[in-house]
Amino acid sequence: MEDEKDYALPGFDTEAKDNSRRNFLKQSTLLTAVALTPGTAIKAADMRLDEKIAEAFEKMPIKLEVNGVAHSLSVEPRATLLDILREQLDLTGTKKGCDHGQCGACTVHIDGHRVNSCLTLGVMASGKKITTIEGLAKGDELHPMQEAFLKHDGFQCGYCTPGQIMSAVACIREGHANSEMEIREYMSGNICRCGAYPNIVNAIQEVKEGAQAV
Amino acid sequence: MKAFQYTRATTQQSAIDAIAKPGTKIIAGGTNLIDLMKRGVIAPDKLVDINQLPLNSISVNKLGHLHIGALALNSAVAEANLVKDLQPLLAMALNAGASPQLRNMATVGGNMMQRTRCAYFYDTTMPCNKREPGSGCGAIGGYSRMHAIFGASDKCIAVHPSDMCVALAALDATVTVSGRKGQRLIPFTEFHRLPGEHPEMDNTLAPGELITGISIPHNNFAKNSYYLKIRDRQSYAFALTSVAAALEISNGTIKQARLAMGGVAHKPWRLFDAEKALVGKPATEESFKQVAEIAMQGAKAYEYNKFKLKLAPATLVEALKHAAGLV
Repeated sequence: MEDEKDYALPGFDTEAKDNSRRNFLKQSTLLTAVALTPGTAIKAADMRLDEKIAEAFEKMPIKLEVNGVAHSLSVEPRATLLDILREQLDLTGTKKGCDHGQCGACTVHIDGHRVNSCLTLGVMASGKKITTIEGLAKGDELHPMQEAFLKHDGFQCGYCTPGQIMSAVACIREGHANSEMEIREYMSGNICRCGAYPNIVNAIQEVKEGAQAV
Repeated sequence: MKAFQYTRATTQQSAIDAIAKPGTKIIAGGTNLIDLMKRGVIAPDKLVDINQLPLNSISVNKLGHLHIGALALNSAVAEANLVKDLQPLLAMALNAGASPQLRNMATVGGNMMQRTRCAYFYDTTMPCNKREPGSGCGAIGGYSRMHAIFGASDKCIAVHPSDMCVALAALDATVTVSGRKGQRLIPFTEFHRLPGEHPEMDNTLAPGELITGISIPHNNFAKNSYYLKIRDRQSYAFALTSVAAALEISNGTIKQARLAMGGVAHKPWRLFDAEKALVGKPATEESFKQVAEIAMQGAKAYEYNKFKLKLAPATLVEALKHAAGLV
């Protein structure tokens, strides 16, 4: 078994020592692989360089507070906040539209400010407070902006709606909802291909004029 | 996206040391860099996050010079009362760029470092001298609608996409950069460069230099400033043409003028000759039309952007009318 130890590659199961057939296959496959592999690669495997390289790109620990719940996660540096929310935390309300910061479907709030989560690396959001569409309602009680979108038909297919609502809430909080023109300008980062814009503007105006807490 | 190493710089020096290594890129807001990395246009081995550096202040000194840290967010600068009061042209230009979400992420330094939005630069299946020096230019002889009419070369006809930079070029801003040899100042109009033989170089930053901030000298333009951006839709689109106009007017006569155009060149296109021609003239549409002709000297269009030869001077006249309060 000394040989196996020397040539052990990551992913090989070295525990199953009592399974002779499996060991035979493993070793013979390994020998074939070694025979066909250039010297430098064998040397690299010997020194476990592949593992070291993998380590360099390893996952990083991050802490996110999402909708008031603290999460400790392990993520690849290249994972976007959008993908982490959807794939790791199952918060699929935040939508992936263009994935390039052009449509606004992925809009969330980080520390109270609206951003495109598709262009935010998860590692860069560590330690921050994230609010997604799932975090707006209080139990069964919808957020006033959600109610207004329902009342005014601020959508057709609904795909852009979570992003629109997150942006709409921020638009009022920022003080940029003082006229139809201003609302349209400050909602321009959210594209609606169904063209529900007039109804979206109406919904925002109603919430703004209702002076409800957003 | 290709996997990369991620580290956070806690001091300016550690950031400068890190970026001296090839394959290492700085990340601040990431709004352009992450997009380019997703498309495989740029594939760094290592990202150095500089957001922990204390470079986001906005302040004014005794002489009235406005200083803005490189990490100040575009939205924070646009909303700052200091900026709105002293340099409203900058606030207007910032608000004309990107979307509210992107402005909440993008920084001043990152805005300066953003790459062209030329479709041939973004499409890795097409030739592009900026992306891959020596591969050719897809835009020359291609769909050149969004491209340059000033200062282009036979290697590249891309334009710089920023609005903020057009205002900063007009306002005689200075860029502060830090590198291994210490700090130096670059006049904003010399920060970005024309493509020439080396379109892969967008600016005059030396390798390993870090932008730490910008300064705008005191001026008397606040009352008569305007940023006009013409685009395919009313908001959230890159400029076809844009103009930053700043005037100092006394009894109807122009005492000083600053003018720069966006969407027309590889860098914010400062119009020095047109500015000089405005001095001493009455602030009237007639004067503005005269200088628009001067501004357009040397313009050269390509197959699909000939319309810019008319749109650019019209944008200039309109921006000046707004700045002078005639509209």
